[in-house]
Amino acid sequence: MSEEQTALNFECETGNYHTFCPISCVAWLYQKIEDSFFLVIGTKTCGYFLQNSMGVMIFAEPRYAMAELEEGDVSAKLSDYDELKRLCLQIKRDRNPSVIVWIGTCTTEIIKMDLEGIAPKLEAEIGIPIVVARANGLDYAFTQGEDTVLAAMVNRCDEKPQLEPEAESEAEPKKNGFSRLLNFGQKEEEEATPESEYKEHPPLTLFGSVPDSVETQLSLELKKQGIKVSGWLPSKRFTELPSIEQGNYACGVHPFLSRTATNLMRRRKCKLIGAPFPIGPDGTRAWIEKICSVFNIEPEGLDEREAQIWESVEDYVELVRGKSVFFMGDNLLEISLARFLVRCGMTVHEVGIPYMDKRYQGAELALLEKTCHDMGVGVPRIVEKPDNYHQIERIMAENPDLVITGMAHANPLEARGFSTKWSVEFTFSQIQGFTNTRDLLELVTRPLRRNNNLKELGWSNLVQEEDAKRITV
Amino acid sequence: MKLAYWMYAGPAHIGTLRIASSFKNVHAIMHAPLGDDYFNVMRSMLERDRNFTPVTTSVVDRKVLARGSQEKVVDNITRKDAEIHPDLTILTPTCTSSILQEDLENFVQRAQLDSSGDVMLADVNHYRVNELQAADKTLAQVVKFYLEKAEKKGDIRTDKTEKPSVNIIGPTTLGFHNQHDLTELQRLMTDLGIEINQIIPQGACVHELKTLPRAWFNLVPYREVGPMAAKYIEDNYNVPTVQVTPMGIVETARCIRSMQKAINDQGGNVDYEGYIDNQTRFVSQAAWFSRSIDCQNLTGKKAVVFGDNTHAVAMTRILAKEMGIRVVLAGTYCTYDADWFKEQVQDYCDEVLVSDDNGAIGDAIARLEPAAIFGTQMERHVGKRINIPCGVIAAPIHIQDFPVGYRPFLGYEGANQVVDLVYNSFTLGMEDHLLEIFGGHDTKEVITKTVSAESDLNWTKDGLAELNKVPGFVRGKVKRNTEKYAREQGIENISAEVIYAAKEAVNA
Repeated sequence: MSEEQTALNFECETGNYHTFCPISCVAWLYQKIEDSFFLVIGTKTCGYFLQNSMGVMIFAEPRYAMAELEEGDVSAKLSDYDELKRLCLQIKRDRNPSVIVWIGTCTTEIIKMDLEGIAPKLEAEIGIPIVVARANGLDYAFTQGEDTVLAAMVNRCDEKPQLEPEAESEAEPKKNGFSRLLNFGQKEEEEATPESEYKEHPPLTLFGSVPDSVETQLSLELKKQGIKVSGWLPSKRFTELPSIEQGNYACGVHPFLSRTATNLMRRRKCKLIGAPFPIGPDGTRAWIEKICSVFNIEPEGLDEREAQIWESVEDYVELVRGKSVFFMGDNLLEISLARFLVRCGMTVHEVGIPYMDKRYQGAELALLEKTCHDMGVGVPRIVEKPDNYHQIERIMAENPDLVITGMAHANPLEARGFSTKWSVEFTFSQIQGFTNTRDLLELVTRPLRRNNNLKELGWSNLVQEEDAKRITV
Repeated sequence: MKLAYWMYAGPAHIGTLRIASSFKNVHAIMHAPLGDDYFNVMRSMLERDRNFTPVTTSVVDRKVLARGSQEKVVDNITRKDAEIHPDLTILTPTCTSSILQEDLENFVQRAQLDSSGDVMLADVNHYRVNELQAADKTLAQVVKFYLEKAEKKGDIRTDKTEKPSVNIIGPTTLGFHNQHDLTELQRLMTDLGIEINQIIPQGACVHELKTLPRAWFNLVPYREVGPMAAKYIEDNYNVPTVQVTPMGIVETARCIRSMQKAINDQGGNVDYEGYIDNQTRFVSQAAWFSRSIDCQNLTGKKAVVFGDNTHAVAMTRILAKEMGIRVVLAGTYCTYDADWFKEQVQDYCDEVLVSDDNGAIGDAIARLEPAAIFGTQMERHVGKRINIPCGVIAAPIHIQDFPVGYRPFLGYEGANQVVDLVYNSFTLGMEDHLLEIFGGHDTKEVITKTVSAESDLNWTKDGLAELNKVPGFVRGKVKRNTEKYAREQGIENISAEVIYAAKEAVNA
């Protein structure tokens, strides 16, 4: 993408930072893909993490489980194929899913378990599609887990839905699972005015897992511009994965989906629309504008729409304007959030980020830089693979008004008088699109509002003097 | 391979980290991939710790896989040593390093050369031991390391303290109500005139470990963590061990009598009978409760108990012996210590279950239909599903099991707490039944008659479908706000778009 973004300063530290293991993606993906079952092939360590990080979800008969490796598996005394077959048959019998997703972990990497090789054979034998995603902590951080799963799903997209005869889907090539779902119950109306609401443009697939309501909101935003979303990866059900053909357009809604984007381009010959991400009204607007520009559509009414959203959240923006923020970095949403917060009038000390794909995030980086210039603030330093110890030293020196950080550091920082926002919440909340701007600011301002309420008490520092400066021990 | 949805005891390294982070100024370095430092989150969230958890990771990534850790682990240890000067750094293997089979011992020796603090490799194998066994082992390893070191340096202290004194061995960070138990035990020792020589590992300093042999005896309140360290001290320095969990009135008395014997065997002259009698009959409420008519109502009621060895055994005995409740099933997930468990509970329950498969426990509960369950968070959720009340008595636990208020399970105040827990579980169950018999609270009609019940507005199908995506507990509010907005805007048909327009307008 553009070369001018060099004005942003990129650094790389030691990679000694806290983040969630990428297998955590099963928690939101199993809920999103309703007919799936996620099997995490790993050790007690993986299971312990899932069980503790998922909290109450674990009790709700989740459609995920551990294939817990024992000493016999690691020393190859047992056959991987037979063991996996036994477990998958059990899953088929108990849950009868439409797809089983195998999540490869660090251990399956180290012992070189050939999941990609075993899966097609076993799939043929038991009659359930098996998708393999290597979402391990050796290679990836947190949200990148979703990227590995969606990248693997890309390869399944041309398969026609099982219940739909070939002929029908050819007659209506654009009518995929998602639009069927949207039109549920409205079929007659839709057919009366079939495509008139949409302008002529090549098929567009969006990728990134968002809650159903966010999916609707973003689709409606594009509909207002006459753009039809012909498919969404992932879809509500595995059997309704969108069909993707050569020459289709694809656009991401999350900043952490570089592998999925690469797969769509290289393996499915899609054209990728490199846009900023629809986080915050500024990002949403830029996202829509970019899609429109690719399709040669003149966007309508975005000025007023964006202005109206900003106006409606002015009470929250007021709270953050002129304040400073420090991102420790753990979920790859950091660049987009920093850009949004700069637009809100904040200054950003540092954007820590686990991994920075300058191509996939190119448009977002350019917008961040432009936003900083527009708002007259300096560009933040971007620290890839941060070192939490050094970051905390910098936090103590720079004294930001807000630290966006993981749970490992949030309470200790609060006890030292810093306001913190727990970063994982951005992953689990609805933050995309115009509609969710208030929810997004709700998260950002919560610590500030809370600490404002408590300010009079004079209890901001709650550690003993000798401990206050200590970063560990 | 094992299909598992839930596990009771965590992986080995969690045990090691619990020991390391219980001591003062001890740092643990995990040899692990990114994301395995979830322990820090648990300590920071569950225990609400104000300080940074003294655990860092020497990250295993692709490079490490390709060419080994080489200098990385050594550099990380010496870096931490220079940055924060820990007394001891414990290199902690994980499931990943277990299979990489790197020579971690060698890294430790090399790191020791450049470190001002001590460096040690936790001797635990991920595939052989679980969290609890690893904690027990690591604690013993640390104790042995420092006692041997003191022997070599010649500054070991083996002279007994002047007054009777005790080492309390076992309370750790992230242990079930361990902090409160510790306070209660300290109070008990004060009452009995026993000095506390050392408490390990919670809040202990490794350089003080050389005075462990000065105690008259060791008290090991928990079966899972502490016995190995106590045995090492007993074997090498003749410090006798009292291993009775003072949970419940009867067992607290037995524990006090064991301490009395340990003291008197060494020439002390103490008599605690008066104290026990006074506490039992007049100070503590538990004994009186078991005699009161409230407790009479519990006679013969059926209960299931499940947990770790310590708490499941103690609870079974309290229910059966002190309250007259019928324990239809007592179980533990400490499968490695099953014989001890069976021996302890066999006279107090109908059936014994040793398993770490939560499906088996859930099935047994469903089959037995007890009036109350005393188990872990997992049993609480089984109970929820089949409408049986549950009191949580053991880990695995959630944040609500780390109360801010004083809630020991041990000692005389602990006995009071257990009474409340048991009684509340059963009464809640009875209330529930009564409500069912009399048809429940008659409020359904009132609640559902909302403002929007008589709506003149039309919800389109996609509008309704969208509304149904909104979580149930806020759906009513979203519906009302949307309809209010639609009326204001003069919109007759409410579609999905209207819902979101309303959301933007009224900040619903």
